[in-house]
This record gives sequence, C-alpha cells and structure tokens, in this order.
Amino acid sequence: MPEVEVLTAPLVVEFPFTRSLGPVQSAFLTGLRERTVLGVRATDGKIMVPPVEYDPVTADELRDLVEVAATGTVTTWAWNPEPRRGQPLDTPFAWVLVRLDGADTAVLHALDATGPDAVTTGMRVRVRWAAERTGAITDIACFEPHESSEEAGQVAPHAGEFTDQVTGIVTPARLDYTYSPGRAQTAYINALAERRTVGERCPSCRKVYVPPRGACPTCGVATTDQVEVGPAGTVTTFCIVNIKARNLDIEVPYVYAHIALDGAGLALHGRIGGIPYDQVRMGLRVEPVWTEGGRYPDHYRPTGEPDADYDTYKELV
Amino acid sequence: MREVAIVAFAQSDHLRTTDELSEVDMVMPVLHQVLAQTGLRTSDIGFTCSGSSDYLAGRAFSFTMTLDGVGAWPPISESHVEMDGAWAMYEAWVKLLTGEVDTALVYSYGKSSPGSVRDVLTRQLDPYYVAPLWPDAVALAALQAQALIDAGETDEPALAGVAVRSRESAAANSHAQVKGSVPQGDYLVRPLRKGDCPPVSDGAVAVILAAGDKARELCERPAWIRGMDHRIEAHSLGVRDLTDSPSTRLAAERAGAFERPVDTAELHAPFTSQEVVLRKALKLGDDVAVNPSGGALAANPLMAAGLLRLGEAAARIHRGESDRALAHATSGPCLQQNLVAVLEGDAQ
Repeated sequence: MPEVEVLTAPLVVEFPFTRSLGPVQSAFLTGLRERTVLGVRATDGKIMVPPVEYDPVTADELRDLVEVAATGTVTTWAWNPEPRRGQPLDTPFAWVLVRLDGADTAVLHALDATGPDAVTTGMRVRVRWAAERTGAITDIACFEPHESSEEAGQVAPHAGEFTDQVTGIVTPARLDYTYSPGRAQTAYINALAERRTVGERCPSCRKVYVPPRGACPTCGVATTDQVEVGPAGTVTTFCIVNIKARNLDIEVPYVYAHIALDGAGLALHGRIGGIPYDQVRMGLRVEPVWTEGGRYPDHYRPTGEPDADYDTYKELV
Repeated sequence: MREVAIVAFAQSDHLRTTDELSEVDMVMPVLHQVLAQTGLRTSDIGFTCSGSSDYLAGRAFSFTMTLDGVGAWPPISESHVEMDGAWAMYEAWVKLLTGEVDTALVYSYGKSSPGSVRDVLTRQLDPYYVAPLWPDAVALAALQAQALIDAGETDEPALAGVAVRSRESAAANSHAQVKGSVPQGDYLVRPLRKGDCPPVSDGAVAVILAAGDKARELCERPAWIRGMDHRIEAHSLGVRDLTDSPSTRLAAERAGAFERPVDTAELHAPFTSQEVVLRKALKLGDDVAVNPSGGALAANPLMAAGLLRLGEAAARIHRGESDRALAHATSGPCLQQNLVAVLEGDAQ
C-alpha cells in the first residue's frame, strides 16, 4: 500500500461547566466575594480551608463555619517559569499551598513573587483580592509576600450568611487537540475528495466496512484491503424529519435514510432528495449528488432503476 | 480464595507521536500478541475489561472503537473503566474470584499526543476550588517534590539519581521511549527538571488472567496474584501530607506485601520524587530491584502505565527472574489513589 500522509485537523473541545454549590461551598465562595475567608470545623476539631461539605475522614456532614485570616504561611511551593493558559498570573509565579492563620489545612493558589529566590517554605503571605469578584476561587487573584507574625489560632464563628448568596459557578474549560483519524479514515476522506467511496474488506469474514474504522469488529483483525463501493445504492430504511435543524437550510419535511452502497457490507446514512418525501420507500435505488467543492455527497437522489428486491438488502437493514 | 494469575503480557512500543495510528490500530497488535501467547481466541475469553480516557485524544467514546480490535461479536462479556488499566485488571480479578469465569483479557491504552496532557489533566481536579486555576500535572508534582526536600527526605541530586537509574534500566527494554543517558535539563516547574518528569507517550498494553489449572495450562510459570487492593486519599492537596502515601501503605498491607520481602517492585511513579514517597510507604530495602523496566520515567502512556507495571512484574516472574514481586499503580495528582498487587511464581 502506498504511503499516504495522514490527515490532521485542529479539534477544540470547549464546554462551560455549570455547577450548583452545597451550603458550605456557597458560603465560602460568597465570602470570597465579600473579602472574607471562611473555613469549616472538621469532626476532629481542625479548621479546614478551603472548607468541604463532608469530613474527609468520617464523612460526617460539616456545617460549623468560622472566619480565618487573609494572611498565612506557605507550606510548600513550586516555581512556574512559564505560565499556561488559564493560570492565575501571566508572568512567572510560584504555585503555593498556604495555611491561612487559624486554619489547619492549606489552600492551593499562586504567589506573585519576583523570582524563585524570593520564595521559601514558611514565608508569610496574604491574599491579594481580585478587583472584580463574582463568588469564585479566582476572587483571590493570588497571594503576595507580606511581613506579619502569625496570628494565634483565633477564629471567629461565622453564620456563613450573606446577602445575594452565590449558589452556583460556571467554569469554562477549553482543550486544544490536533486530531488525526489514522490510516483507514484518512484513505476514506481522501477518496471522498475525489468523489469516490472507498471501504475496507475484512480478510477473515469478507465484510466491506464503509466508512472503514481500521478493524473488523466481528473478527478483531485489521481491514487493509481497500474496496471502492457504489456510487449507487439502495435505501434500506428511512425516516421523515419534521423538525428543522439549526444552521441547516433544508425545508422540512425531508427524508433521512440508511443507504447500502453497492458492494458495501453495512449501510451509511444520508438525506434523500429529488423525490417527494412521501414517495421514498425501502428498496429505492439512489445515487449521490455532489455540490461544487463539497467534501461529501450533499444528498442522494433516485437513479430511476427499478426498486431492489428485499432479499438483496435484508441483511443490511 | 481462588488462585488467579497473570499468564500473558504484551505491550506496544511507546512513542511520542503516532499520527498514522488510530487508537484501534495501536491496541489491536497488542491484543493479538497476548492472545497468541496463550493460544486463546476472543471467543475463549470469559471476561474482557479495558481502561482508557477519552480526554487524552479528545475523541468521545474511543473505547467503543478500540473494542473493534477485540472482535466483540457475537456479544462478549465486557466492561470498561475510565481509569488506568490496573483498575480494569482489579475488576477482572474480582470477576475471576467469583468463579463466574476462568479467563479474562485486560487491556488499556493512552494516546496523549493529540492534546496537551499537562492541561488535560487539570480537568480531573476539584472543579470548585482547584480546576479554575489550571494547575498542571507537573506543577502539582513539583509542590510534592518541594515538600519532600523541605522535610529532608530527598534533594535534587537524589532525584536526578532516580532519573538516571530508571533510564539506564530502560536501555534493556525495547519498548521504552526514553532510555540511556538523558540530561536532567532545565526546570519545568522548580524543583522538577525535565529529567524528573515522564515523557508524553502513546502506547498500549494487555494482559490475560486465568484461574487455577487453566493458568497452569496456559503459562509455564504463572504470576499468581497473592493479593491486590486499592485505596484513595482526600482530594484536597492541602489536607494531605504530601511526603507520605498512607493509601499505598494500606493497599500494600491488605495485598499482603509486608508478609514476606519482595525481590522486585514495579512502581508507577511518573515523577522521580514520587518514587521517594513510594519506597518509604512500601518499606522497600536497597536489595529490591525497583523498576527494572525503567518505569513511567521511561514510558508513560497514561491509562496504560499502571497496567504496564503489573505486566512487567508478571513478565519477570514468567521469565524466572523474580519469585515475589510487588506492582503498584497510581491515579490522580500527587499519588492520590494507589493500587498494590503482590505476584508470586511457583518454586523453581
């Protein structure tokens, strides 16, 4: 088989996660909006910041909120010379775990420091509040060095109630990929660009897969033998679509069908045009219609041949 | 308890990129190899279980595509975990212990090259307090490394020593990606240098499990699973003592690791500093051969690197190079979740 360069394309997976908050998370994140840091008293009496809804050891429900200081001590750090997208600062900074005064656990965040030589475990820091705060962990813009002595473990009880309590967060997420479909689908897509449909035959059961996926799911072996199928085919089954799809300029109702191209071992799907929707039937013989510059058939239309006999396609329904 | 063993193990070469291979192209040869070692066909296998994560390559339901490589028709008894394949093997082991089946095929794969794995892994973190900050996997490991240095448990030269030993061991592993003499390089996130970090790898692994006499029939020297357990720690990094791994110790205890010394340990430590933590938690002496395969520092196909440890440890027993081996797999940031298995060969 000739060596063909595999296709690649940028793929962006982007999704905003909308999450509701439990009562403790809601109080903590609303508190950050109000420049107040809250912790929760765990079953063993320790103060957890950031606070959690349930005890990490006993799984008890935790609701006993306290206010801690906005100053604290670095418990460990790591210097990040090349900030990445989405991170708290866009200049080199230190990742830090900070135990706030009054808390027994540490919170992860960024520390704005001049360089790694300016950071040590045990150094004193304080919260730098974001100018605009919405009720999110990013309401803490970062930490900054701050000379102060550790306040004795005094914490004040807090009801955790604020006006206009935050009850949910929306976290945008975006991941960038360069996707390659691999050998089999590259060959399929390249052939389609020449208006040919090329499947692959299983060397064991002889079934021809269109589009090919590289392996026969029945036999578990590679399908490497390329077979051109079609261009004409037979409607094996269909449905009538009555709902207009967004961004799709097709009048409803229209017919969407499974089409077994001649020589293919399974049906692919496509729209049927060139015939009133209520005249489409199983066994109808169809052929692809290409549009200028189209990477795949726009739709399929009747060839005018007599309908296929049911026995010729019943295995493909 | 029913005797269950790893009777076959195969892996792909682990590579930085595999554009020409779809995921099934990558997995299928490994499945064929592991079946060929035992003479079994797919239809002879009682249970099939796989591990993978769609986030790595950004391809939804990729595990249904790789199942094509198994030959899953007529329908087979099958399961999948969105985790490292070590946990798929745990599920298969439990299935064998029930007596419901006598053989199992377990495989896993990771194709990280299409994406930016440091960023992808941020999406597994606490979505309320941590993920919005996008702390990448190297940054979190570096926080753990600094905590170890501060505690006097290690220093940068010692970490470099772990890197050197791992890549030297990997020289004898034809499937490994990074081997031989590799410079430590610059800091990625201080105190971790490039050499302290694993490569980004594409790769696949498969094992076959069998019970009792079936195992003896399929393998000259089965690697008997004497115990296996997995444990998890609190998800907030600031709650944990990052210099220790109580979950590893507990899993090892329950797997019977401390009943008798092991001669070999395959540890899933993607970062040099994590080997320091694991050695301590597992009380490994200097006489134990740690990661003779090179470990995850030599090849780190995510979702496969843990099952690779189980497979490599078993292969040492198959070859008669080990009599009692410990295999460990991890998941999550800073060794959050840990699995330990103890494998033994019959007396030689």
